[in-house]
Amino acid sequence: MTERPDDRTTSAVRPYVITGGRADAGVEPLSWESLVMAAETAPPATLQPEHRTILTHCQGLLSVAEVSAHLGQPPSVVQVLLADLIGWGLIVTRPPIPPAERADVTMLRKVLHGLESRL
Amino acid sequence: MASKAASEASGALSSGKYVNSSVAGAAKIMVVGPLGVGKTTFIGTVSEIKPLSTEAVMTQAGASVDVTVDQAKATTTVALDFGRMTLDGELVLYLFGTPGQQRFLPAWRDLARGALGALALVDTRDLTASFDALGHLEDLGLPFAVAVNVFPGSPVHSDGELRAALDLLPETPLVSCDARDERPSVLALIALVRHLLLAAESS
Ligand SMILES: Nc1nc2c(ncn2[C@@H]2O[C@H](COP(=O)(O)OP(=O)(O)O)[C@@H](O)[C@H]2O)c(=O)[nH]1
Ligand SMILES: [Mg+2]
Repeated sequence: MTERPDDRTTSAVRPYVITGGRADAGVEPLSWESLVMAAETAPPATLQPEHRTILTHCQGLLSVAEVSAHLGQPPSVVQVLLADLIGWGLIVTRPPIPPAERADVTMLRKVLHGLESRL
Repeated sequence: MASKAASEASGALSSGKYVNSSVAGAAKIMVVGPLGVGKTTFIGTVSEIKPLSTEAVMTQAGASVDVTVDQAKATTTVALDFGRMTLDGELVLYLFGTPGQQRFLPAWRDLARGALGALALVDTRDLTASFDALGHLEDLGLPFAVAVNVFPGSPVHSDGELRAALDLLPETPLVSCDARDERPSVLALIALVRHLLLAAESS
């Protein structure tokens, strides 16, 4: 477990190894657009390098997809690692928008307004 | 604008890597269509960050495949590129470019969860290449708009001909676009969101 975090992974096997076999955490994974950020809490010295690397990339708000791209790890792996970190209180999420509200009129109006102001 | 490996972490720290802390939530729209239709170009045009790419690993349950396959694990990877637009400083909209071919359908399911809708890009030089993507959207029940990217040598079709050829519902927006240009690209997104809004208001 001393592989450099910058190494791009193309192996189909490694993700399974990193996540300790938890390819499926059994709960609905964070969606790709969920926003995450490192908590103020200092990480314990025993933290695995994979988890630590995520924290260094999350000094501000980023989506799960961006964390995945910056790390060069598939989202399926990053979702699991982030779930660990959230469980330990080391990563906080912006409260996700409940599914029912995603197609909510207020939300869509905001998106429309934001796009129109780009013209 | 053919920058390839846009996914390196290095250098990203310097400017605009992070989403503004004023942002309270995120939404996503999928940009779908066959290879070469202009998905990456479109995303690059409207995105505030250089498009990033991430490799989705998917297990294969029997799709016919000619992409990278590890026979033993039966997994395939597909590169998905995406971009980001911060809207009015309070909301961030992610755009995910998703290849339309049948073999990529498994990668769509996780990604499409929670998407507002999709913009389907079409190249009229090969309309049949768009059928898979449109079919996936219908299967997933994801509302969409169609944007036609005009290429040199594109045949000229009337809207009616295109709607018939693509089997579009009368209410599905159909716009023409140049993915290299910001204004028509933003207008295509606006056509989609207006359509989503109408549907949400009438339900
Ligand atoms: N004329 C024209 N060319 C385009 C347009 N969109 C993309 N292209 C070009 O088509 C090629 C493929 O585009 P790309 O974005 O890589 O397609 P993708 O495979 O769907 O991501 C590139 O050379 C683009 O410059 C468009 O709207 N009009
Ligand atoms: Mg592309």
